[in-house]
Amino acid sequence: MNAMTQTSSRFQQGLTRLLQSRVADILSYPHGVDRYLEVFNPLWSVNEVRAKVEDVRYLTNDSVTLTLRPNHNWEGFIPGQFVQLSVTIDGKRQTRCYSPANSLHRADGCIELTAKVHANGFVSRHLREQLSVGDVVLLSQADGEFALPAQRPEQVLLISGGSGITPVMSMLRTLCDEGFSGPITFLHYANSAADMIYASELDEIARAHDNVTLVRCFNNEGEQGELSGLFSREHLYIAAPEFAQATTFLCGPPPMMAAVEKVWEEDGLAERLHKEQFTLATPQIESDSAEGEVRFVQSEKMAINNGATLLEQAESAGLTPESGCRMGICHACTCRKTAGEVRDIRTGEITSGEEDIQICISVPVGTVTLDI
Amino acid sequence: MSIFSNLTAEQFETIGQELDVIRNREMADLGEEDATYIRTLIKRQRRLEVAGRGLLMAGFLPPAWLAGVACLSASKILDNMEIGHNVMHGQYDWMGDPAINSKVFDWDNTCTNTAWKQTHNFEHHTFTNVLDKDHDIGYGILRMSEDQEWEPRFLFNPILAGILATFFQHFVAIQSLKLEDYLIYKTKTKEEVKAEFKPTWKKMRKQLVKDYLLFPALAGPFAPFVFAGNMAANVARNLWSSQVIYNGHFPEEVEQFPESVIENETRGQWYVRQLLGSANFEGGRLMHVMSGNLSFQIEHHLFPDLPAHRYARIAPEVRAICEKHGLPYNTGSFVKQSLSVWKRIFKLSLPSKTEGGSKKGPLNGLRAKVVSLTREPESQTRKAA
Repeated sequence: MNAMTQTSSRFQQGLTRLLQSRVADILSYPHGVDRYLEVFNPLWSVNEVRAKVEDVRYLTNDSVTLTLRPNHNWEGFIPGQFVQLSVTIDGKRQTRCYSPANSLHRADGCIELTAKVHANGFVSRHLREQLSVGDVVLLSQADGEFALPAQRPEQVLLISGGSGITPVMSMLRTLCDEGFSGPITFLHYANSAADMIYASELDEIARAHDNVTLVRCFNNEGEQGELSGLFSREHLYIAAPEFAQATTFLCGPPPMMAAVEKVWEEDGLAERLHKEQFTLATPQIESDSAEGEVRFVQSEKMAINNGATLLEQAESAGLTPESGCRMGICHACTCRKTAGEVRDIRTGEITSGEEDIQICISVPVGTVTLDI
Repeated sequence: MSIFSNLTAEQFETIGQELDVIRNREMADLGEEDATYIRTLIKRQRRLEVAGRGLLMAGFLPPAWLAGVACLSASKILDNMEIGHNVMHGQYDWMGDPAINSKVFDWDNTCTNTAWKQTHNFEHHTFTNVLDKDHDIGYGILRMSEDQEWEPRFLFNPILAGILATFFQHFVAIQSLKLEDYLIYKTKTKEEVKAEFKPTWKKMRKQLVKDYLLFPALAGPFAPFVFAGNMAANVARNLWSSQVIYNGHFPEEVEQFPESVIENETRGQWYVRQLLGSANFEGGRLMHVMSGNLSFQIEHHLFPDLPAHRYARIAPEVRAICEKHGLPYNTGSFVKQSLSVWKRIFKLSLPSKTEGGSKKGPLNGLRAKVVSLTREPESQTRKAA
């Protein structure tokens, strides 16, 4: 059996090396080997990380927990890091970041992602309502500075709010699997007990490990938690009186993170606090006013928005972006908008967020950031 | 120019608005259907290619060779026409998939993505059928317009058109170099040509190595069969795609425009120029797919970044708009349009009747032209001496 696995893995290594060779590159030119492999099996690829959905669970009414089996291109992750998950919704690729919640020592090679489903959360709703076992999704390699240090800290304080639980859950599971003996406090904020993802598993972990203290704090009235309300210094004194000695990992919604950060800053402990930033929602801006500025990131230039098309504004700022027809048909000027809202002068349609746009027919609505 | 100059500013405006209604409606409807269509087609094309290349490995058996050439030709045609041409137009950019994106996509053709987007997406589609601006009028090789001044080399128009068709991918690849400016009109230096040719040569080399060296080598002793099969598939694709493209703009009634039309051209006028400068041909579904839906050249020129499989659906509406405003909608069978194109190619190999002041027939005009051209070098020599 062992010999067989060895042979098959050696065979796979050989095959991979062959598929990555220059000869394979030219034979499959110009599309590349991956474009042919995927025709036969959507998981086959020499470069991309793609994963098969092994399991879909609904731990709470507004979340979805996916078990994904990545292909062999997956290089693993450090607890706390995130991956970009891409799915196709109505023909369009959508990408979101999620932190694996599983232990680093999970034996079956799968990763577990949990998404909180918001009422108008386009992607999370798709994950909960449409995704099923056997589907294939696209992943990035894991990334992010928010990660459990290789040299494990002596004392750990994990603070999370809502779906921010996933990266610290991964840290907790990993530390428990490693037989970590230092004190771990797991302080979690949720609206109600029913909303709390991983509630029962956390219970079990706390019961099985003497060094783990679980402190749940619910915001809704009448909920049975160890604490209630929003984060405060008092909570900290009750839940983790020795927080100054601990290495703290924090992930949650922006207001909660700000409150926690304030305490650590006041006490001069900022460097012991590791945090995962949540992306802020883009502000809504009136559609017809030419205000804000246009930022050209790569060329490090900026212009005051004068209401003209982005192409014109880029050119008057001294840039020479690629362009052609200047009427939205040739797509030569397509470039990446990393932030802000634009209006299509042909349709009046307003789009926002990170996307590729044709700058010759796009007018900024407020501040816009372009990657040119 | 007749119909074009008869329309009023209001009419142009109305036509533009009516066409924009179609465009906006279709663009707003993009989604799953389009994504599934292009993904399925890409899958089929890749399977055909693998099958074709596989069969050619057994190309010493005549049926396998024929089947291999058929599969590989179909694969190359699909790759270039319905997939490559349309993806590089940005028809599927909204999908956000880098593998199906105009910025990244490259095709099984010696022309580079960058050069193609310059000469085709920009020059040809923006300046469609405008003399001296749209290089697709004759590709710098042929005389395809009455208003293109006759030169003796155009006597070979039909032969050159045949050569252009046979090696179409290579001519398209070097189209952006505008070689005639170097070879004939001497407005370009050798160094300029060399520098511009570099990226093209890089791609050409890879394509040639793939089709004529590596794949044949894989077949060992049967290499010649693979070599011949690949060549046959490339030529088949060249002949087919060039004819499809000739049919789109060169049938006889298709209009060409002087450079002056593009000055202060409105969106409505641009639309009408596209309508008058393009021609469709009819056929079944397979014909449309294999021509990359350029059988709907008119619809394609109106909406070049709309997924091409939608053209068939909107064609009746476009035709109705044309009828309503008294504009011609040039269409016919593939054979009819092809004959019309070749008639034009033959006709324009001789000088136009009115040229050179002679109205006694093309041959007189030819004589006058030849005489004037043969005299020119003499006078130059004299000057040099």
